[in-house]
Amino acid sequence: MGSDQSRLGFYLLLAPILLWLIVLIILPHVGLFLVSISEKIGPREYETGFDNYAAFFSEPLYWRTFARTAIMSIMATALTLILGFPIAYYIAKLTRGRTKTTLFLMCMIPFWVSELVRTFGWMILLRETGVISNILQYLGLVNGPIELLYNDAAIMVGLVYTSILFMVVPLVTTLDSLDDSLIEAGYDLGGTSTSIMREIVIPHAMPGIVSGCIVVFMLSLGNYLTPILLGGKDSLWFTGMIYTQFITRFNWELGSAFGFLLLGLSSLVVFLGLKFSGQSLSETMGRS
Amino acid sequence: MTESQPDLECRDLTKDFDAFRAVDHVSFDVPQGSFFSILGPSGCGKTTLLRMIAGFQSPTSGDLRIKGKSMIGVPPNKRPVSMVFQHLALFPTMNIGDNVGFGLRQRGVGKAEIKTRVEQVLERVGLPHVSERRVDQLSGGQKQRVAIARCMVLEPDVLLLDEPLGALDLKLREHMKIELKSLQHAFNTTFVYITHDQSEALVMSDNIAVMNKGWFEQIGSPHEIYHHPDTAFVAGFVGDANKIDAKVTEVNGAMLTLATETGSEMKVEAAGTGLSVGQPAQVFLRPEAIALGASDAAAESTANISHGTVETVFFNGANSTVTVKDGAGHLVKVAMPQTGDFATLRKGDAISTRWLPKQARCYAVSGDV
Repeated sequence: MGSDQSRLGFYLLLAPILLWLIVLIILPHVGLFLVSISEKIGPREYETGFDNYAAFFSEPLYWRTFARTAIMSIMATALTLILGFPIAYYIAKLTRGRTKTTLFLMCMIPFWVSELVRTFGWMILLRETGVISNILQYLGLVNGPIELLYNDAAIMVGLVYTSILFMVVPLVTTLDSLDDSLIEAGYDLGGTSTSIMREIVIPHAMPGIVSGCIVVFMLSLGNYLTPILLGGKDSLWFTGMIYTQFITRFNWELGSAFGFLLLGLSSLVVFLGLKFSGQSLSETMGRS
Repeated sequence: MTESQPDLECRDLTKDFDAFRAVDHVSFDVPQGSFFSILGPSGCGKTTLLRMIAGFQSPTSGDLRIKGKSMIGVPPNKRPVSMVFQHLALFPTMNIGDNVGFGLRQRGVGKAEIKTRVEQVLERVGLPHVSERRVDQLSGGQKQRVAIARCMVLEPDVLLLDEPLGALDLKLREHMKIELKSLQHAFNTTFVYITHDQSEALVMSDNIAVMNKGWFEQIGSPHEIYHHPDTAFVAGFVGDANKIDAKVTEVNGAMLTLATETGSEMKVEAAGTGLSVGQPAQVFLRPEAIALGASDAAAESTANISHGTVETVFFNGANSTVTVKDGAGHLVKVAMPQTGDFATLRKGDAISTRWLPKQARCYAVSGDV
């Protein structure tokens, strides 16, 4: 009797996560997959086949956008890591007590407003009649108004800005757990700042680096708002292409195929990243 | 360079943290190849002193010389000293071989040479063939030896040890004491060891400095520190002692007669204390300096004899002690002789204690003790 009751409790506690997984993740994906492998041969007439996937490879615009999205996301991830690591190192190792909490909070505050508002903020800064353009004109560095929006650099700025927090948080956590005496021991044994960084700090921070990179990469790859708003009409981001297929072209079949290709791409890049850095998924996700 | 040049010299070393003086005009020399301990209670400034020698903190004033060269302004990675950290600080992301070879890699030594030197030094600390293992695959004592090997492979002039035995269990600690001493002997390197554990200091050291509130109370051999403490603090901190507050009633050369508040008298032989009649003083008496005897056994006329009853018997193997309450109600701790004569001693038994005047130490009462 008692064991029956505890089993019931177990299933009740498990129910929300199971429901979430099955209803919101597995079922839609199964549905999408079924849609993606159905070919439209006439009004309300469908056949099973991989024509939609073939269409992706035969049309250069599709796979070029796909590759461009992947490469830009990887670049954004690398840039976020390069910018986020010193910030995280400073917060974790060089400050303590109140300053540490304050700095950490300051990293978070921008995320209290919605992504839309933050991206509009960047538009105010970067547009032709925006703050930066006006300052440059005022200082006499440029003659006329300059357009800083609607290019790849603007997309990059937006992507790094929206995702840097997700890099800083896991890095601060792992760097915090690095014992200061290890760094001191490194100096004591004759190490220089560079060699200590390379041989002691970075190997220790590796799980944080990898989990931060995975999250930032996924966020960039799946970002829709930032590339569209900062990159303009020609931004050519793959999520934008999926949106077009679903909403403007009503081609759900091709849109679903694109969705699955994006899923495959992100899984592949994460897999390669883990292989390359010698980390395992359970280790990086479990530790940070 | 002369033969007698000490490896490490500190001159009037002082370190202030804001309003707090952590190290106060400390001066000492450590000769080549000796084992020097700094013994003191926690918070006495010994860790700050060690970190100044290692270079992690810079002194407010004073000079610090290693092999005759001043180390002021020299960063830790350029000093010929290595440090064994309290929690050893082995790099968990490297295997043992890479840990030990770290310092050599920083110096740009060739790969093949690093490998042979790492193997050699691991063999010297008694851990051959562990290079490939991970740090967490070693026991506490083995990690200790790896930490020493990691420093010794660099052949430092001075090895600093920051209470490295603190984290070990008692049995292993006893074992490592002997081992550290023999390693020091084998490497013939100068060791500077800080600890709050007097038995570690007494067993291993050639010289001990007793530190209190930022300054050195006494520097001397373990024997001197234990048997001839210079100050009341040293007498009370190193070893067990009965502390008796008394007033001087008579001075006769080196022989002082003192009386406690309750009126019991004692004679203490103490030259050069500068005590005069009427001054308050503290008498320190080692438990093992007191003999137990049947009430009529005392023959020596000079001995201080008192009669009392057994208050408690603390059995602790070879370190068993008896607390005796004398007529005036004072409790005196006495080491139990290990001959078995007093094995039957029980609470309430009548017993007399006696000790010779030269076995006690007497100090003027200073304000802060």
